[in-house]
Amino acid sequence: MSDVRISGLHKTFGTVHVLKGIDLEIPAGEFTVLVGPSGCGKSTLLRTIAGLEEVGQGDISISGVNVNSLRPRDRNIAMVFQNYALYPYLSVFENIAFGLRARKMEDHEVRLRVNSAADMLGITGLLDRFPKQLSGGQRQRVAIGRAIVRKPQLFLFDEPLSNLDAQLRDEMRGEIKKLHQDLGITMVYVTHDQIEAMTLADRIVLMREGRIEQMGSPLNVYEQPATRFVAGFLGSPKINFISGELVDAGDRQAMRLSDGEIIPLPKRTQAWGQSIVLGIRPQHLGRSTDSKVKAGEVKLSRPIEIVQPTGSRTYVTIKIGGTQCIAETESMETGRPGETIDLSFDLQHAIFFDPTSGAAII
Amino acid sequence: MTNLSVAATRRWKLAGRYGLASLLLVFFVFPIYWLFIISLKTPDEIFHFPPIWYPKSLQFANYAVLFKDGDAVSVLNSLILAGVSTVIAMIFGTMCAYSLVRFKTGGEDFAVWVISQRLMPPIAIIFPIFLLYVYLGWVDSYGGLIVLYTAFNLPYVIWMMRGYIEDIPLELEESALVDGCSRWAVLWKVVFPMARTGLFATAVFTFVFAWNEFIFALVLTRTEVVTYTVQVTHYFGGQSNFWAKIAAMSALGTVPVFITVSLLQRFLVRGISMGAVKG
Repeated sequence: MSDVRISGLHKTFGTVHVLKGIDLEIPAGEFTVLVGPSGCGKSTLLRTIAGLEEVGQGDISISGVNVNSLRPRDRNIAMVFQNYALYPYLSVFENIAFGLRARKMEDHEVRLRVNSAADMLGITGLLDRFPKQLSGGQRQRVAIGRAIVRKPQLFLFDEPLSNLDAQLRDEMRGEIKKLHQDLGITMVYVTHDQIEAMTLADRIVLMREGRIEQMGSPLNVYEQPATRFVAGFLGSPKINFISGELVDAGDRQAMRLSDGEIIPLPKRTQAWGQSIVLGIRPQHLGRSTDSKVKAGEVKLSRPIEIVQPTGSRTYVTIKIGGTQCIAETESMETGRPGETIDLSFDLQHAIFFDPTSGAAII
Repeated sequence: MTNLSVAATRRWKLAGRYGLASLLLVFFVFPIYWLFIISLKTPDEIFHFPPIWYPKSLQFANYAVLFKDGDAVSVLNSLILAGVSTVIAMIFGTMCAYSLVRFKTGGEDFAVWVISQRLMPPIAIIFPIFLLYVYLGWVDSYGGLIVLYTAFNLPYVIWMMRGYIEDIPLELEESALVDGCSRWAVLWKVVFPMARTGLFATAVFTFVFAWNEFIFALVLTRTEVVTYTVQVTHYFGGQSNFWAKIAAMSALGTVPVFITVSLLQRFLVRGISMGAVKG
C-alpha cells in the first residue's frame, strides 16, 4: 500500500497542453477514480503516474519516493489496459506469469501465485487456454490476474470495462470493487462513465480540459457540485438546467423564467448580474400529490411532452422556462402526453449557477 | 431436369477452371523441369533433335564432376554469404524498424529515405566500391561481401519490419514495460513473437535477394569465395558452352531456395498479405 502525491504536474504533446497543473494527493489504500469527458487528460495523467509518459513539469511521488525519472518497471505498479493487452502467443497461465518471469521469480513461486490469483478470479479452468479462446469478460479477468500476481503497491486501471457489454460491465464492476476491499491496495481508475465513477470510487477526481474541476467523495461531488460542468457530468438522467432573470420579489430575490414563472431564491446573493441558471436533478423534480405548498417548495403545472417508463421509475419530459426538463416519478400512472402534470421540488435541492463562470453560487 | 442441367454446367465450369490452371502450371513449371532434366542427361541427349523430353536413364555424372572439381563449393559460399548477411540484416533491421516506429527516429519521412537506397542501380556504385575494397583488402573475402549484402538488404528489412511492428498494439509493449521488462526485453519477448510471421517472410526474401545476387559477386570475388551465380558464368566458354555443367550448377543453386520457401510457405503467404495491406 502506498500513497501518491502529484504536484504542479504539466504535460504537453507538441503544442497541445494536456495537463495544466495537476495537484493531487491519493491516500494509501484509497480507490480514486479519475473521470471526465474524452480529451480531458485523465488517461494522460494515469499514464504519467505509470511512467509511460514523461513528466513535463512538476513532481510525482509514490510512497514518498519521487518517481519522475524512474522507469515504469521500477515503480512497483501494475496496470490494466482497456483492450486487455494479453499476449496472443502465450497461454493464460503464461500471460499471468509474464510479469513474474520478467522479474526472474522462482518457478514454484510463480506457480503458487498464478494459481492463487486464478482461484481468486475464478479462471483456474482457463489456465491452459489461449487469449483468443476466451470471452471478453474472461480476458479482462486474466488481465486483472496478471496485475494482482505481482502484488504491486499501486494498481492503475485505464478504462478496463469499456470494451465489455453492459451486463458484463456491471458484473466486473462489482468484482473490481470487491478486489479493492479484499486487497486494500491503492487503486487509481480512469473512466468516462460516471456510473462507474460513482459506484467504485472512495474519491472522485473530475477533470476537464487538463485541470481538476472538483474532487471529493462521490456523494459530496454529486450533491454539492462546484460548477455547472460537474453538475451536468454526474447523474443520469442529466440534471435539468433552466435559465432565468434575477428579479426582486418584495423582501427576497427571485428568478423569473422565460415563461413567466417566478421561483424564489432560498437566500440573497450578491449582485451576480441579470441572469442566473437553476439546476435541479430529475429525481428531485417529482409529481406533486398534495395541494398545500410547504415552506421552501416550488410547485409547477406543465403539459407532458414525453413519457418514458423504465419499470421502477418513469421519466416525464416537460418544458420549464422554455427548456426541456425531465422529471422522475415513481408511479406508472403518470399520465399521457398532452395531459397536465403537477410537479414540485424542494428549494433545498436546487443549485443556482452563474451563467458566465459556471460556478455554483447558492 | 433443371437441377441436372445446373449441376452439369457447374461441372463443366469446374473442369474449365482446372484445365486453365493446369495449362498455367505447365507454362511456369516446364522451364524448371527442363533445367533439372538437362542436368541429368548425357551430352548426346542434350543436343539431340527432336528434343528428348525425358531421358531413358537418369545419370548424375554432371553433378559428380561439379563435386570432383570442387565447383560445388560455390553453393556453400552462397549459403554462407546469404545466410550470415540475412541474419545480421534481420537483427539490425528489426531494431532500426522498432526505433523508427516507436521513437520516430529521424522523423516521419526517414523510412522513405532509407528505402530509396534500393532504387539505386548496383552497377552505378560497383566501381567505387571495388576501389574501396581493394584499398581495404576486402576483395574476395566473406567479410567484404557479407558487409555489402547486409548493407543492401537492411533498407528492405527496415521497410518491411516497420509495417509489421506498426501493427503490434502499443498496449502490449506498455504492459510489458510496466510488468518489469526493459526495452530490449520488450523487443525480444513481445515484438519478435508478435511480428513472427513478418520476420520469417522478410527473412526469406532477404535470403533470396542475397542468394540471387550476381553483379557484386562477379566484380568482388576472384577464386576464394566465388558464389554459385558467378560459378555458372564460368561454364560459358568462348568456343563452346558446357550446358550439362550449367544445368547441374543452376539446379544445385535452386535447391536451397526451394527448401527454404517450402518450409516457410505458411509464414510467407500470411506475411506477404499482411505487408500488402499495411504497405
